[in-house]
Amino acid sequence: MNEQTEALTELGEHIAAAMPDAVRKFEVVLGELTLVAERDAILSLAEFLKRDSLCMFEMMIDICGVDYPERGQRFEVVYHFLSMRMNQRIRVKISTDEDTPVPTLTDLHPSANWFEREAFDMYGIRFAGHPDLRRILTDYGFEGYPLRKDFPLTGFTEVRYDDLEKRIVHEPVELTQEYRNFDFLSPWEGMTAQIPGDEKAEASEGEGA
Amino acid sequence: MADDLKTVPEEDRTFTLNFGPQHPAAHGVLRMVMDLDGELVTRIDSHIGLLHRGTEKLLEYKTYLQGLPYFDRLHYSAPMNQEHAWCLAIEKMLGLEVPRRGSFIRVIYSEIGRILEHLLNVGTFIMDVGALTPITWAFEQREILMGFYERASGARLHAAYFRPGGVHQDLPQDLIDDIMAFCEQFPQAMANLEALVSENRIFKQRNVDIGLVDEKTIMEYGFSGVMVRGSGLAWDLRRSQPYEIYSEIPQDVFPVIVGKNGDNYDRYVCRMDEMLVSNEIIKWCIENMPKGPVLAEGTKVSPPRRADMKNSMEALIHHFKLYTEGFHVPEGEVYAAVEAPAGEFGVYLVADGSNRPYRVKLRAPSFAHLAAMDHLCKGHQLADVSAILGSLDIVFGEVDR
Repeated sequence: MNEQTEALTELGEHIAAAMPDAVRKFEVVLGELTLVAERDAILSLAEFLKRDSLCMFEMMIDICGVDYPERGQRFEVVYHFLSMRMNQRIRVKISTDEDTPVPTLTDLHPSANWFEREAFDMYGIRFAGHPDLRRILTDYGFEGYPLRKDFPLTGFTEVRYDDLEKRIVHEPVELTQEYRNFDFLSPWEGMTAQIPGDEKAEASEGEGA
Repeated sequence: MADDLKTVPEEDRTFTLNFGPQHPAAHGVLRMVMDLDGELVTRIDSHIGLLHRGTEKLLEYKTYLQGLPYFDRLHYSAPMNQEHAWCLAIEKMLGLEVPRRGSFIRVIYSEIGRILEHLLNVGTFIMDVGALTPITWAFEQREILMGFYERASGARLHAAYFRPGGVHQDLPQDLIDDIMAFCEQFPQAMANLEALVSENRIFKQRNVDIGLVDEKTIMEYGFSGVMVRGSGLAWDLRRSQPYEIYSEIPQDVFPVIVGKNGDNYDRYVCRMDEMLVSNEIIKWCIENMPKGPVLAEGTKVSPPRRADMKNSMEALIHHFKLYTEGFHVPEGEVYAAVEAPAGEFGVYLVADGSNRPYRVKLRAPSFAHLAAMDHLCKGHQLADVSAILGSLDIVFGEVDR
């Protein structure tokens, strides 16, 4: 495990040294290498990762968005690459907001095409230069971006087949019972080893000293 | 009228055809808008998402344990393999060790899942290209395996049997004996199936040199699983990035099966051989399975024993808290992948330290494979489309998620 972490750290240092303008920082956690990169440099970084003889990340495994509404740049776009030759993986993260487009990787990795469409569909992240940025998973004519944190789990509209009109109609969601989002996070913290109140003792000790 | 047909000028042979969403060869709800030039495919625009259930959104609102059964509904012909990826992700985050017997049972059921899925795929694939008997023979074997699923978990399909930290229940000895008995007869059943199909002239004509996948395509489109091995690349996550006890299985029991040409036929042969390998792995696991616990006992992710709950207040509280609040996963992110029957099934999990995941991204192999449909079918005949689709091993549960 330690050997693997060492090798990944070395790889991270190599990439950071070769692409200083693209890589903000890197870290190795749980045996996985993560690069935090500049948004506008993602294309050149991906190209480097693909061609460099130590990296050889020829395969794009996945692209996905993550939403952090409290941040200024609320979306993170997370890329996963795999190198079959070197048998190693890497994760690259960039951040963006609703309006700023991310350069597409479709020319470099054709598999990015659908993954970027999915990120666009789910989060509304725009990809500049994408050949065909349409919705992919949601219904024809769907509005909104379902995986955003401010999109309710139940959605806004529901569909049914109207027998009188002989067509499918979209209506606002009507629930006989509100979706119950239970808050199990009790202050009691029964699942942790720490006993509630312990933190007070620690805090007062700190004050005393 | 007949004269009119003859006078259609050559350049007007292009037209657009709608394939699906209800079509027996679409393997689910796939709609393809195909641009044809006579019989030749010039472009395929796949419309997916007709089975989109928002699994990733739902998982954000469920505790880690409640989220588990959603994984059965992704690749519904090999449910436990997807649960496996979810459990591995959680275990990696928590730093949890799976007891050895639990690991062996997981491998046995992962391989049963692989046989289930390959049987389904091979059966339907052969049916797509015209033979109706093999699917019934394949499903006869599937039926027995579904029985093993049921006897282990109580459910034939939506098992929810793999849990973070191991598996839910231990296997009774008579079930293990029955699995062994199945393994003894399985190679003969496969030989029968093979005798029916492998050398069949029509089957070969439909599949040899159709849907060629070369190394460039594999890399560019992010292929995995049989799609890679069929083209001669020995890439199997069970061998190259081993999890559970796969690294302990000797080479002669578990060789990586590779094809030569990367066409539909090679992928079919790969699947047939992989089933036999899976069969050997199951046998090896049963022979070498140690005794012991199957779930990481005494940890906060596993329920207490029923007997303890009768006497111990703490056990009762633990049980209640585990199934209401669930357990907390420390902040961080992780990517865990398994070699699912279709290819690399990955779970990217972002946790915020609470009892529910902050974000889960499911990386489905079929999604990447289907994305290459346009590339693979270009220049092929219309009739080849369903053959190629069959050999891709698409399951819509995981494409649409």
